[in-house]
Amino acid sequence: MTDFLLYALLAGVGVAAVAGPLGCFVVWRRMAYFGDTLAHSALLGVSLGVMLDINLNITVTAIPLIMAMFLVFLEQRGFLSLDTLLGILSHSALALGLVVISLLPDVRVDLMSLLFGDLLAVTQSDLWVIYGVACAVMILLGLLWQQLINITVDPELAAVEGTNVTLVSTALMLITALVIALAMKVVGVLLITALLIIPAATARQLSHTPEQMAVVASVIAMMAVVMGLAMSWYIDTPAGPSVVISAGVLFSLSLGYRRLAS
Amino acid sequence: MSRLLLTLNGIHKSFAGKPVIEDVSLSLKQGEITTLIGPNGAGKSTLAKIILGLIKPDSGTRLPNAELNIGYMPQKISIDPTLPISTCRFLQLANTSHQACHQALESVGIRHLTKIPIQRLSGGELQRALLARAILRNPNLLVLDEPVQGVDVNGQNALYKMINSLAKTLNCGVLMVSHDLHLVMSATDQVICLNRHICCEGHPEKVTQDPAFIDIFGQTTAIYSHHHDHDHNLHGEVLDDHTHQHGESYNHD
Repeated sequence: MTDFLLYALLAGVGVAAVAGPLGCFVVWRRMAYFGDTLAHSALLGVSLGVMLDINLNITVTAIPLIMAMFLVFLEQRGFLSLDTLLGILSHSALALGLVVISLLPDVRVDLMSLLFGDLLAVTQSDLWVIYGVACAVMILLGLLWQQLINITVDPELAAVEGTNVTLVSTALMLITALVIALAMKVVGVLLITALLIIPAATARQLSHTPEQMAVVASVIAMMAVVMGLAMSWYIDTPAGPSVVISAGVLFSLSLGYRRLAS
Repeated sequence: MSRLLLTLNGIHKSFAGKPVIEDVSLSLKQGEITTLIGPNGAGKSTLAKIILGLIKPDSGTRLPNAELNIGYMPQKISIDPTLPISTCRFLQLANTSHQACHQALESVGIRHLTKIPIQRLSGGELQRALLARAILRNPNLLVLDEPVQGVDVNGQNALYKMINSLAKTLNCGVLMVSHDLHLVMSATDQVICLNRHICCEGHPEKVTQDPAFIDIFGQTTAIYSHHHDHDHNLHGEVLDDHTHQHGESYNHD
């Protein structure tokens, strides 16, 4: 096995591990559109990084983080429905990112790899970043787990019983922004939400507790990465979309399993 | 017995420039059941949320007792069907032991539903599960927002009886939000009739005869509304024909 394939595999598995539990929250809290918005703003992060000549890892993480904070702020104001607001911001960020890239004099950016991921170009230093962030995210999720479930079930009950709802939900949004910046490498900005949602939806068919669902979602996402890479290796398909297709196939299988079991 | 649990002084609240609560003051005491009634849009739920500390008033003060421990039963709860969670686990989110959850479910009569996904409970069962979670942490104040919503009439009676006996056992104060007084009447110590401001308050029998109350609710929705074949005047005397017999328990003094 060649190095680049091993790196791709490790990177994909690392991102999949955190995409599982986080994807569960995206599904439970109906944050799919929110994920899209952050992903699209990550593309804007790339354009700005290239334009201003800043390390891309920094801008790709910073812009979705800023966007997440901005959304928290707007949501609390409640002057437009969140749905509409996300629609405006999401596509504006995507469009702005594309326009800025097109304006750059010497195009050093491979647009396809940004939109659909470039798993096979992962380097060793990328791996360090991925595993570092993934560990931090896992620890945070672990520490906040009970409170996160609590505010997901009912924020008002949680607040009356003493949970700081604003703090915990802001933390979740920031974690989501981090994971999205990370997942961009694997499946690209257009397919990130798929990597979050499909494994979680698959796990739902097979779980009876929130914890079970989170773990199963992780495993499913890892399986999708392995299957997608294999597909890419043997029939020469683009890696990112292949991972998403694999996740889709696993989801269909889980529906069949559910039908057989009941 | 009647220790002060929480006091509101001169509370005002408006949403988008529209006043919802105007100059409301009230106090809640241990061992006392207060019923908050009012028409739709009167600000009942908003006032309940100010009492709970979920909404900050624009002006006025909320003074909780240092030992205030609130158990809250929301009007309704919607949990996404994609979240796999059993009734027992739902209760455990209140940060308590497995055993305490079983006991609470036992005391509201749904112990057998422990392992059922919470989304699969019927309306009445879900209200009981919410009540169980509200009493879990031994509160000294129970805040119940329309606790019998979506429950049939027989179930409503049973649920009210259950709330009353639980409140006695816990010796806690109760604030009950309701749009319908007659079922809770017998057990209520204090009625507050809200229509943005407090229209009238006091003992239920006094309040139901208050002109301000009758103005809002009319007489048919008052406490004797289960007899639709006659009407009362301000003194509770029957106005029209006497073709029916009164039960002994309905005295019109």
